[in-house]
Amino acid sequence: MSDPNQDKQDSALVRFLRATEVDTRLLGMIGALMLIWLGFHFYGVIVNDYGAFLTPRNLWNLSVQTSSIAVMATGMVLVIVTRHIDLSVGSLLGFTAMIMGVTQVWVLPQFLGLGHPLIWVITVVVGITFGALIGAFQGFLIAYLSIPAFIVTLGGLLIWRGASYLVARGETIAPVDQTFSLIGGGPHGTIGATGSIIVGVVFAFFIILLLINGRRQRLRFGFPTRPMWAELLIGGVGVGFVAAAVMVMNAYPWPKGVVKKYAAANNIEVPEGGIFISHGFAIPILIAIGVGVLMTFLANRTRFGRYVFAIGGNPEAAELAGINTKKMTMLIFALMGALTGIAAVIASARLKSATLALGQFDELYVIAAAVIGGTSFAGGIGTIYGAILGALVMQSLQSGMVLIGFDAAIQQMVVGGVLVVAVFLDNLYRRNSA
Amino acid sequence: MENHAQINPDQNAAQAVPLVEMKDISISFGGIHAVDKASCDLYPGEVVGLLGHNGAGKSTLIKILSGAYTRDSGAIYVDGKEATITNPRHAKEYGIETIYQTLALADNVDAAANLYLGRELLTRWGTLDDAAMEAETRKVMNRLNPNFTRFKDPVKQLSGGQRQSVAIARAIHFNARILIMDEPTAALGPQETEQVGQLIHQLKADGIGIFLISHDIHDVFDLADRVVVMKNGAVVGAARTSDVSKDEVLGMIILGKCPPGATPGPGALQE
Repeated sequence: MSDPNQDKQDSALVRFLRATEVDTRLLGMIGALMLIWLGFHFYGVIVNDYGAFLTPRNLWNLSVQTSSIAVMATGMVLVIVTRHIDLSVGSLLGFTAMIMGVTQVWVLPQFLGLGHPLIWVITVVVGITFGALIGAFQGFLIAYLSIPAFIVTLGGLLIWRGASYLVARGETIAPVDQTFSLIGGGPHGTIGATGSIIVGVVFAFFIILLLINGRRQRLRFGFPTRPMWAELLIGGVGVGFVAAAVMVMNAYPWPKGVVKKYAAANNIEVPEGGIFISHGFAIPILIAIGVGVLMTFLANRTRFGRYVFAIGGNPEAAELAGINTKKMTMLIFALMGALTGIAAVIASARLKSATLALGQFDELYVIAAAVIGGTSFAGGIGTIYGAILGALVMQSLQSGMVLIGFDAAIQQMVVGGVLVVAVFLDNLYRRNSA
Repeated sequence: MENHAQINPDQNAAQAVPLVEMKDISISFGGIHAVDKASCDLYPGEVVGLLGHNGAGKSTLIKILSGAYTRDSGAIYVDGKEATITNPRHAKEYGIETIYQTLALADNVDAAANLYLGRELLTRWGTLDDAAMEAETRKVMNRLNPNFTRFKDPVKQLSGGQRQSVAIARAIHFNARILIMDEPTAALGPQETEQVGQLIHQLKADGIGIFLISHDIHDVFDLADRVVVMKNGAVVGAARTSDVSKDEVLGMIILGKCPPGATPGPGALQE
């Protein structure tokens, strides 16, 4: 890795990549994302005389729209890494959302009274537990009864969609609890300018702490460390990115109507030009980021994660090393179910209702996000951050095409084509780097 | 401990209790008796070659000892006491380590992750202590294969010999007392084969008992103190390598015929 003779022969770029130890895949994905963003923006500038994509408003919306898929994609990575698949997540999302809808609209108000502060807590717990139990049940069928995951979850796709119809005879359940609906975003479901700055500062510290800790660990055992300039560069880019995200989110103000209502409720005089009240980070994106951090921790720093990847690399070897692969499979599907429960909370809160169509085709977007993010169907390979970026790519394509006024039919075709091409490019990349 | 057919009379008193003894082990898969009432034993510091054609049942027998399969009947004794071995973790608790013919490595993770698979070192927070695992791995690999430097690469990218040394390191790092090597030199060049031979001598000197499994008598004969030959799932016989010739052992492997220097087993050709 640090052979000096080799260093001289390689180009500046290769030396740079080696010093910073940056994942070239990650760079490629960020590059592709930037290309999509700039493409849509300047297409808008040229064709419609207005670039709508790279505006605080659109980027804020994009962050909210991505959240639910991103949460599920982090779990799908582990499922696909262990050479399984989960086709049921979309239907399961719809079913859990329906169960939560019934819980908070029909059941809990009878006992607690409408608007009771515990309603949203109980509802969320019910949703996540419910998702985890169904996931565990599917995992049990896959692990202990040896039914292929494809079949079990294909069955699940039909069963849970049908079940969510049965729950409310196809009715839409609305409106959800006030506090619950904040989880879906919207002007009030945000943490405001100050909150966003605090979150940003915490994250910046977190990044610096990780870098320092990593360096200390390497020094403790005398392993080669990154050169100081590379550490500073990575820290700088990370902190810069966080700062940019905070600024963009804070640059998107509340709509005039919302401000007026808020001012009236709080007896604030609205001056001539209106008041600039920032959205800041939306709650769903904070949840998605939190899930992403926890799942990355789980995948990289715990035994559970190590076993997931070992099973994916060589199931027989994992078994011979004493890993209980059946139990692991069941746990992975239970985790996928719990994450689907969280996604259902976000999706139904955003919609402020539980509808029959909620989550339809989500399984395809979730799988596509994981695969575009570099998760390999051959097993053993995949990253959480890749899947989150993959979700962002999918959602960017989707909403970008809406913004520039593409037909719904064309949108579908483009998303499908991008998925196939992305996997092809990924294969090329792997063949050349292996 | 009752006297058993395969305990050689010239074992001295200190070694009277075998490190491991497998007695009347049977297992069948869908009506086929893969192993039929097979028995064999192993003493500290001894190398026992387990020989037989492909499909003779030697790998199956040994997988029962390493916990990969659970026997239908028979018993396993470790240090003279009956041992319960129904999964690989049990075997490891008894100090039984295995180097599989396939190496059983997770190809997508690095050497340290493979070395510690199932026995990860944890920090006091309960998280993986990768730095400590890598440091230990560097130490072990330095002893075993000083040329090994690719600690960060997934083992898929390593050469056959390097992969082999990772598998060996994993087997001997956790104070193995009984080492099972399934065709350890099948994928190796002459020089690496020689290294494995040296390693076996060294481990023997440390008092580790070794089962050496091979279908090729030449791999085993010079390294082994004793050979046990299997055919069609049954033990043909056992012999000290000093008491029999290679040709006689070949006769055992091919014909199931027990020479005078060997102790016949249930699978021996009846004359």
